[in-house]
Amino acid sequence: MSETESSTSEVGELSRRPGRERGREDGKFGRYGGQYVPEALMPAIEELADAYERYVLNNEDGFMDEFRERLADFGGRPTPLQRADRLSERYDTEVYLKREDLLHGGAHKLNNALGQVLLAKYMGKERIIAETGAGQHGTATAMAAAHLDMPCTIYMGERDINRQRPNVFRMKLNGSEVKPVTTGRGTLKEAISETMRDWAATVEDTHYVIGSIVGPHPFPVMVRDFQAVISEEAREQTVEKTGGLPTDVVACAGGGSNTMGAFADFVDDESVALHAVEAGGSTLEVDEEAGVAPNSASLFAGEEGVLHGARTKLLQDSDGQIMESHSVSSGLDYAGVGPELAYLVDEGRVDPVAVDDDAALEGFHRLSNTEGIIPALETAHAFGYLEEHHEDLGERVVVNVSGRGDKDLDAAIEETDQRDVPNAPDMSMFTGGM
Amino acid sequence: MGNSEAIAAAFADGPAYVPYLVVGDPDYESSKAYVEALDRGGADVIELGLPFSEPIAEGSTIQEALVRALDAGMTPERFFAFAEELDVDAALVCMTYYNLIYQYGDETGPRPFVERAAAAGIEGLVVPDLPAEEADPLREACDEFGLDLVFIVAPTTRGDRLDRMMENVSGYVYVQARLGTTGARDDVSDQTTESLDRLREYDVPKAVGFGISTGEHAERIVAGGADGIIVGSALVDVVAEGVAEDLSTDEVADRLEALSRELTEGAERGYRSWTTPAESA
Ligand SMILES: Cc1ncc(COP(=O)(O)O)c(C=O)c1O
Repeated sequence: MSETESSTSEVGELSRRPGRERGREDGKFGRYGGQYVPEALMPAIEELADAYERYVLNNEDGFMDEFRERLADFGGRPTPLQRADRLSERYDTEVYLKREDLLHGGAHKLNNALGQVLLAKYMGKERIIAETGAGQHGTATAMAAAHLDMPCTIYMGERDINRQRPNVFRMKLNGSEVKPVTTGRGTLKEAISETMRDWAATVEDTHYVIGSIVGPHPFPVMVRDFQAVISEEAREQTVEKTGGLPTDVVACAGGGSNTMGAFADFVDDESVALHAVEAGGSTLEVDEEAGVAPNSASLFAGEEGVLHGARTKLLQDSDGQIMESHSVSSGLDYAGVGPELAYLVDEGRVDPVAVDDDAALEGFHRLSNTEGIIPALETAHAFGYLEEHHEDLGERVVVNVSGRGDKDLDAAIEETDQRDVPNAPDMSMFTGGM
Repeated sequence: MGNSEAIAAAFADGPAYVPYLVVGDPDYESSKAYVEALDRGGADVIELGLPFSEPIAEGSTIQEALVRALDAGMTPERFFAFAEELDVDAALVCMTYYNLIYQYGDETGPRPFVERAAAAGIEGLVVPDLPAEEADPLREACDEFGLDLVFIVAPTTRGDRLDRMMENVSGYVYVQARLGTTGARDDVSDQTTESLDRLREYDVPKAVGFGISTGEHAERIVAGGADGIIVGSALVDVVAEGVAEDLSTDEVADRLEALSRELTEGAERGYRSWTTPAESA
């Protein structure tokens, strides 16, 4: 590439916002973060850190301008900030919805996937690999790869493949290869390990599009920067619509990418309370003997440790073995969480809360039947929290609708069947005769 | 250039044979018989794998072995008991992932693990997910308790990174013969020769691993200038076969001893061709 001058256009400047400086220098967020990876990956990670600095932070070759343009034209940004009238009435507070479910592909995941696939292209890489839990990140990556004409392989746990058939089909439709991962319990953490193995063998021509603000530096800062467009818009939209900042921002947290995306530009606004809602699963108790946590609440119930390239909060037993996590939503079903969120929780800036499977399902049905929006089961956790804790919140709440629920209909039917969800539709006409 | 005299001695004369097995695979007692068979087969240093649930640097062979060992109840505590009970001459090195080292004991940080490892007779550590940049606390603990800290040099490691690793390494460097994860291969890569050339100026034993499975590989690697060979997956494969074919512990141990002999003899041949070169062609 001959011209390497940096552009100082307005879009380039946006990535220089103060709330986004954390972790950029050395990948550390207090005691969290870092680069704990096999030596074979270090050169690739250093190359990526360099590319992040040049293209994302300095807008070299107009990278950020192209990214913003593609996010608008291909992705459908900006997404609306919508007032939720019925919920506002129900909770006697102003509830606003940041509609990431309306982004192309149906979830916030495209912000990051498009950014990383485009970056890989600028770096001269020839192949994309990714891992996926709910299939939502895999779908977004497959779409971005098809859009930018890059071959793509996606690793997915066997159990998740069975939970998320529509997304597997979508990935394949977009020309990606989907590789089932059978190790362990066949969920996201095994898929991440498997993708790291592929990367260790192919680093020279392959970019690994990690799906959340997890992994070794520079992934947590880079993914946050790509997702920060959510809070950038939400902040402006709230001010425009209401004349002021929100009192609270609520987002579900698996790895934490929609979470940090929704929080990023509010972190410096001390008046805005930030609530990260984790999957409480069936209970917050853990079974040390069996090595199983029936939840995915690593911020809430985890302890410091090292997994998948970073020091962060993890669900682990006393020996340091990583636990099998659980959630009704496969996208939250992960034993770790982004190091930046772990740090902000320790600092008292982010309030970590957990909502169990039952409450999440109620949230799923409530948003569907009160507002006409079927949320992802991941997102539904944020609405479960709203129902349980609206009295603790201020008068203007923004909830991040991280994704839509089409992918979850099978799972929602099955899970609803298994319990007594008071606000669920009567499905008895389906039993027996289908 | 090292804390452990036993490891230094293992590399002092002739090529070192450094086999790896997963402790507790497929169960505690068989595994002990297997490690002792490696010793009889000529092991100079034995790398004992302490299983971690997310072994991102391993290929499928070793990963499955780690799962077998975890399922059979292996824990750090039992690992140390195992090391204490072993009856071997070879120096013992523990290979594991950083989270287990970090979590061990009551105080946070690597010190309690290293203290316990030293008490159990472990002479060194290999930690595949701990790059030199993050290694200071472990380095200090290893120096305090007289353990070596071995780093893995990849075919892609160059420049400042290589210097930083070589400043921190002790005992031996683990030269990764090719990119990718562990796993036995049919050939031995050209990347090895190139890596050894790059390391020539550093005064520390160089042991080559990843993909060595036969006496002939061992011969070529040592003839190419390696001070030692590290063999993991090929041996773990023998254990896996034993599980699949339901062989007796003795049978598997015999096979491990025989393969070890083949590997050490190959290494010796490679060493002779190196110390008494034929006319250069
Ligand atoms: C719709 C949706 N929301 C949230 C998540 C959780 O991920 P994160 O916490 O990284 O936003 C996922 C993950 O797949 C998802 O699909």
